Amino acid sequence: MPLRLEKRAERSSTMALVSPLIAIALTLIFGAAVFASRGVDPWHGLYVYFVEPLTDEWAREKMIVKATPLILMGAGLALAYRANVWNIGAAGQLQIGALFTGLIPVYFSNWQDPSVMPAMLLMGVIGGILWALIPAYLKVRFNANEILTSLMMVYIADLVFDWLVRGPMRDPQGHNFPKTVNFVGWQTLPHWGDIHLGALFALVVALGLGFMTYRMLKGFELLTLGSAPRAGRFAGFSAQRAIYFCFALSGGLAGLAGASDVMGVSHQLQTPYSTPAYGFVAIIVAFLGRLNPIGAIFSGLLLALTFLGGEAAQTSLHIPDKIAKVFQGVLLFFVLACDTLVYYRVKWESRK
Amino acid sequence: MKKLLISAALAAMALGGTQAHAADKLKACWVYLGAIGDMGYTFQHNEGVKEVQKELGDKVETVYVENVPEADAAGPIERLARDGCKIIFTTSFGYMEPTLQVAAKYPNVMFEHATGYKTAPNVSTYNAKFHQGRYVEGQIAAKMSKTGVAGYIVSFPIPEVVAGINSFMLGAQSVNPNFKIKIIWVNTWFDPGKEGDAAKVLFSQGADIIVQHTDSAAAITVAEQQGKLGFGQSSDQIKFGPNAQLTADVDNWGPYYVRRLKQMLDGTYKPLQSWDGMAEGTVAMAPFTNMPDDVKAMAQKTVDDITSGKLDPFTGPITKQDGTVVGEKGKPLADGDILGMNWYVKGVDDKLPQ
Amino acid sequence: MEQLWAIAITIIAASTPLLIAAIGELVSERSGVLNLGVEGMMIMGAVAGFGATYLTGSSAVGIFASMLAGAGMAMLFGFLTLTLLANQVATGLAITLLGIGLSALIGENFVGKQIERLPNFHGIDILIIFSFVLVGLVSWFLFRTRYGLMVRAVGDSHTSAHSMGFSVVGLRYACVAFGGACAGLAGGYLSIADTPQWVENMTAGRGWIALALVVFATWLPKRVVLGAYLFGTISILAFVVQTMGLNVPPQLLSCTPYLVTIVALVLISRNKRVLRANTPACLGQAFVADR
Repeated sequence: MPLRLEKRAERSSTMALVSPLIAIALTLIFGAAVFASRGVDPWHGLYVYFVEPLTDEWAREKMIVKATPLILMGAGLALAYRANVWNIGAAGQLQIGALFTGLIPVYFSNWQDPSVMPAMLLMGVIGGILWALIPAYLKVRFNANEILTSLMMVYIADLVFDWLVRGPMRDPQGHNFPKTVNFVGWQTLPHWGDIHLGALFALVVALGLGFMTYRMLKGFELLTLGSAPRAGRFAGFSAQRAIYFCFALSGGLAGLAGASDVMGVSHQLQTPYSTPAYGFVAIIVAFLGRLNPIGAIFSGLLLALTFLGGEAAQTSLHIPDKIAKVFQGVLLFFVLACDTLVYYRVKWESRK
Repeated sequence: MKKLLISAALAAMALGGTQAHAADKLKACWVYLGAIGDMGYTFQHNEGVKEVQKELGDKVETVYVENVPEADAAGPIERLARDGCKIIFTTSFGYMEPTLQVAAKYPNVMFEHATGYKTAPNVSTYNAKFHQGRYVEGQIAAKMSKTGVAGYIVSFPIPEVVAGINSFMLGAQSVNPNFKIKIIWVNTWFDPGKEGDAAKVLFSQGADIIVQHTDSAAAITVAEQQGKLGFGQSSDQIKFGPNAQLTADVDNWGPYYVRRLKQMLDGTYKPLQSWDGMAEGTVAMAPFTNMPDDVKAMAQKTVDDITSGKLDPFTGPITKQDGTVVGEKGKPLADGDILGMNWYVKGVDDKLPQ
Repeated sequence: MEQLWAIAITIIAASTPLLIAAIGELVSERSGVLNLGVEGMMIMGAVAGFGATYLTGSSAVGIFASMLAGAGMAMLFGFLTLTLLANQVATGLAITLLGIGLSALIGENFVGKQIERLPNFHGIDILIIFSFVLVGLVSWFLFRTRYGLMVRAVGDSHTSAHSMGFSVVGLRYACVAFGGACAGLAGGYLSIADTPQWVENMTAGRGWIALALVVFATWLPKRVVLGAYLFGTISILAFVVQTMGLNVPPQLLSCTPYLVTIVALVLISRNKRVLRANTPACLGQAFVADR
């Protein structure tokens, strides 16, 4: 084989910073080619897609709103993946979080004082944690593959949500349409323009987890279990506790993302509920951020940008929205490919 | 990374910032739930837009955003409002709250929300009496079915869907009082595989005609394969079932869109709540095919009667599934009763999912 | 009788794509590669199969094209995970995202077009028969041939397989490509044979089910048949039950296949003996030859 990888003695810290940039550059080149193939001037296409949203106050706000759940989930997943705990079901955990949040305005609609807001957020976190602990328990107790169980739980969450919002939790004045009553007053998050309090949570959580990963024992424990399970076990760390901890953490954050989404953006539950789809995008966020919670802030914003760019390209370039999906997929490809540079040296060999 | 983006921004601004807008055109914009290639609901809205382009030509610039999830709609709607759209059509029920949210911020932009019920000074609602077409289909089904059983594939129990089932049943009962329908809820608007499977199951359970209130053309394709009959949904699906499609209830949004935009152009536009049907041309039937002439004549007469207002599918008294009676004799049900319908008429052999 | 046959044939048609996709993924996983991109490869197979049939008028060409498209996506996956040693979970997700977007883009011009359905006899077409032949062949290959032994060896312990002189990466490439071709064919089955049309996103999550089936089957080809047909049966019976007027929330019925998969996973996974006997020990791990 002409292409050969040679493991570096240490991970290259230069490459760790440069590789996401190379990936983004390659995605831009790919994007230019796609635009050109559809008869759009590539420069103009890239401008509309990736730059215009940043030049405008309104679009910047929208970007932060979109990035909020992505960062919350991405930061939690980054930590879990580092510990080799594969929670693929953030989408379902977000949805159950939103559902739990909605229980308060639906069944205690008169609860209108400042205490209701933290109570609802807490409900969201609890919902996410509970849903996430199911695959964790199945993994620890029965050794069931968590990738598959957490994924199956996404479908089940969607159906449970659908059943409840269509049935018992439906707004009685809502003409039978599948949505709950609107959240009002203290049941919604304070906001500045379009940006709501959830953005602050995202920032604090990502920074806090980043700090934890590198400074505290828990972080060390997770890192060890991820990169060298056996060494971790010798050091007396419990793999089972790590599984519970990672699922509870990433699930709780997904639940918080769901709570802040319904309390900050839609102000009601409705089905079909589309935000959960970001649960899968959050996996890209985690990887693009190099499985670093702080990196998730940047990658979350970048992914949010690709969504906004997709909308902009539709309205001003008349390019179908599938392009956004293709860009996200390609971006992830290049990120993963470039990651190799961090740990390996690429060598071209002539045939022997 | 930020730096890179900013320098790229500066470089690109020089290139991209000079795009001129055709300022004197009326910019009309649409927000779609699905892809314009769904061959059903969204496809039909886009056909309406095409009619606008044909009728009003270069007086109007049309823009659409497709595949917009309902809970996520505020962003795309607001983008359109900021991009200079003078009128924005939001085409799905779930866009109700986002439409109202954005409308409050942009009082000079007119909003038109399809199939909802909340309005504002600059938010109109528009809807179609889809159930009128289903009444005609019910009559045809009762005439054409050999087994006396139709299969009905449905998505979600919202009033529009329930009213459709009831209207179909009332139409069928007007021909054959013992007509039966079998209902399958597939819990999705769009999954061709699932819709096709549901159709196959219904045919195996004795139905020989298929009706659907989901968005793909899978059911009529299955009917064609099995040599059975069926109705197209939302759009004329005859090419998927040349030997199977009896007719289709076509959502014909073109006339409404053209009318509203003309009003915008000549300054007579006023926000309103409209609920058009066959009379206005919003509900249309695809050509009657694969049936004998007497059935065609009967169907055409029903269409004519509904169009002229002589016949209303929901004319009282109507016996509900639980035996209670609604509506006064000879009088149609109030619009509100139909728009909030959550009960079956007598003869429907299913329990409404709650 | 006729009615039973009609339901049976519906179940068979619903199970076949799951079976074909899962048996391909099984081979890939047996060689130690976990490819979560089944959904993406499947949808690419669906669009390629439909497109080729539409353009050439030949469903044989369509079937071939769907396998090619699936294998092509799989090679992309292979390049990233086997040559560049990228994380398999993330790469699989990328394949799925890309496949869904790309297929929609490619398929823009095929929407609403018509093709001739794959010929069949009372609903039984060649691919249904082939799916069973495929299971037999894979089973024979894995457990009765030298190459099959090599594949399993590579999946169980790539380092010792390497020291025995097997080409770990080469074998894995072959298995991944085979898995992709099967996923593509499964997609092609949907767009050529089952509901002969192209619509965006028409696989609607079936690729993910196929993945679950492989674990359900504890990596044994024959059990994949059982799993696929169990799954197909439940999803169709959920409809049959409705037409009988039983009052069960439809959402609950729609849940059952996923619940059954989880329960099956639990039952199988807790039995360490069964699991250890068949689970490829190196599943999901990257391999670097240290010469």
